[in-house]
Amino acid sequence: MGVSVSASHALLTASTFSDSVDKLGQVISAVVVFFAALLLIFFLAGRATGRFQRPLTVAIFVGPAIVLLLIGLVIPSFRTLYLSLHGAQALHAPYVGFKNYGFAFTDPATQSVLLNTLLWIIVAPIVATGLGLTIAIVVDRMKNQSLVKSLIFMPMAISFVGASIIWKYVYDYKQSSQPQDGLLSQVVIFLGWKHPPNWLLTHPLNNFLLMVILIWIEVGFAMVVLSAAIKAVPDEIIEAARVDGAHGFGLFSKIQIPMIRATLVVVLTTIMIATLKIFDIVQTTTGGNFGTNVLANAMYQNAFVTDNTGRGAALALILFLGVLPLVGYNVIQLKRERANR
Amino acid sequence: MSAETVEAKRVPSTGAAAAKDIRTAFSSKWASIFIIAFTVVWTVPTVGLLVTSLRPAKYVANSGWWTVIEHPHFTLSNYNTVLFGKGATTAIFPYVMNSIAITIPATLITLAIATMAAYGLAWVKFKGSDTVFFIIFALQVVPLQMSLIPLLRFYNVGVHIGSFPIFPALHLGGKYYPVWISHTMFGLPLAVFLLHNFISQLPEDMMEAARVDGANHFRIFRQIVLPLSTPAIAAFAIFQFLWVWNDLLVALTFAGGTPKVLPLTGRLEQLVGQYGANWQLLTAGAFIALIIPLIVFFSLQRYFVRGLLAGSVKG
Repeated sequence: MGVSVSASHALLTASTFSDSVDKLGQVISAVVVFFAALLLIFFLAGRATGRFQRPLTVAIFVGPAIVLLLIGLVIPSFRTLYLSLHGAQALHAPYVGFKNYGFAFTDPATQSVLLNTLLWIIVAPIVATGLGLTIAIVVDRMKNQSLVKSLIFMPMAISFVGASIIWKYVYDYKQSSQPQDGLLSQVVIFLGWKHPPNWLLTHPLNNFLLMVILIWIEVGFAMVVLSAAIKAVPDEIIEAARVDGAHGFGLFSKIQIPMIRATLVVVLTTIMIATLKIFDIVQTTTGGNFGTNVLANAMYQNAFVTDNTGRGAALALILFLGVLPLVGYNVIQLKRERANR
Repeated sequence: MSAETVEAKRVPSTGAAAAKDIRTAFSSKWASIFIIAFTVVWTVPTVGLLVTSLRPAKYVANSGWWTVIEHPHFTLSNYNTVLFGKGATTAIFPYVMNSIAITIPATLITLAIATMAAYGLAWVKFKGSDTVFFIIFALQVVPLQMSLIPLLRFYNVGVHIGSFPIFPALHLGGKYYPVWISHTMFGLPLAVFLLHNFISQLPEDMMEAARVDGANHFRIFRQIVLPLSTPAIAAFAIFQFLWVWNDLLVALTFAGGTPKVLPLTGRLEQLVGQYGANWQLLTAGAFIALIIPLIVFFSLQRYFVRGLLAGSVKG
């Protein structure tokens, strides 16, 4: 095995070094100032007595989070609603009513974006949850299950950008006369398909190939959560079902699946929400070209590339309306759970 | 698995044996083979990335990475080129520093503010504290796309009523602040939710005893709540670290195209276009980007899984 390390030219130049020191300095000073300020506030507020003590305590503990959430999420959301009803310009845009929404649903390019998004939120979560459930059931019986689980779970730690590069290489295309470097092409050639297509340019197949990247990441999540839920089903219930004559697969599908239904739905909705907001995968692999664009990317392109704030805002709002039912369901679920405690 | 195998496994049993019976129904040689094949398929793409990043350019251009089995040639020069290569256009080392500089404060500040809020909402009961908690929980799923445009404008031009400025422009271009603050804002809903779940379950009598001893909320928070909540804080710290380190959208929006601030993910996304067919460089860059979260993840996996379960499963 020939290992040649050619680290001959300078590793760290002086300017790179000072740049790094400067950046670390910014980090350290920001963190130190933040926590010093916090300690000081705690110290001073701890001295307070009398009738201001309680409101002050509440303000210090909860205030920062509320202010940040108001500025960061609540007010901007209303502002986006307002912008979506106005024209393209960033400032002093005229009121245009629902024109931006009308555009979103009639423009052919945007229609295909909406269709793709719908395809994503149906296919990716169901496949990921299904695979996760299957593996959660089967893996429990294996030796070395922690190794298997870790390996399947590993993609969770990888960024969407990193995962996209990994898979873009798997999908890489070379003419069939040349030696292949894309694993997928090599495999299908090996299996007898002599002239595989340029995967990422082939519509509508490319949409599904991009979904594979998300599924690759989310299966580990589904597996871990569902496996914990299956283990939490009480033995007595299974015993009772057995006494009543349930066996094998019937016992699983009629007793265990209903018992973990709530968790299944949570996993499904969590992945759906992640899917709706998916941006990095499409941006990195195809940039939204070749018929693969989805809502989150179209929104970004409208808002920050072609500078049509109104249309971008309208797409963001459509995205929000898409997740709203899922939010509603989760809130009801949580309230019910708390009531049971 | 066929119905016959399921039937064949049917043996009369009771109690704990019944649970085992169900698992047996699913176990067979085929199930094991399926799992092993699945694990291999799941792992091979990452192996391909690592192998390619270690191969000399001339081999990468002419052959697939799997040919290393017959012709093993390895080099570290791709990493040297990608990290420190000549000219500012290729070197990604400054972007690695940006990622570090963004991630550390964005994680620590979020944790501090969220832990405080979780304690405040759970133990400094005030009118409407439950409502506030539910609103924060619901905010978890507001797509952050909803706030990108207005938030960016808030940083850049401030707030005006008519032409009267009520909040000045912050002129934060080329600085880390907007990225830190934005990550904190977007991370808070999940953080408050997870930490509240944990902190609200702390033993009541312990809090009561401390209060009887004359400790105020600030002392209780520092001396009782913080030490006891370490597992939950660690779990969320990993989440937030991974989320910030791996983020692209927030970085692209609030760091803009400035190389002074842009993190590694943003740079890699640019390189996909720029390096084109230079897979050995692209894969080396990608591997640098994923090795840090992988180390964090594998060393703290236990906490990560615990946090995941706290967030999505009752219990």
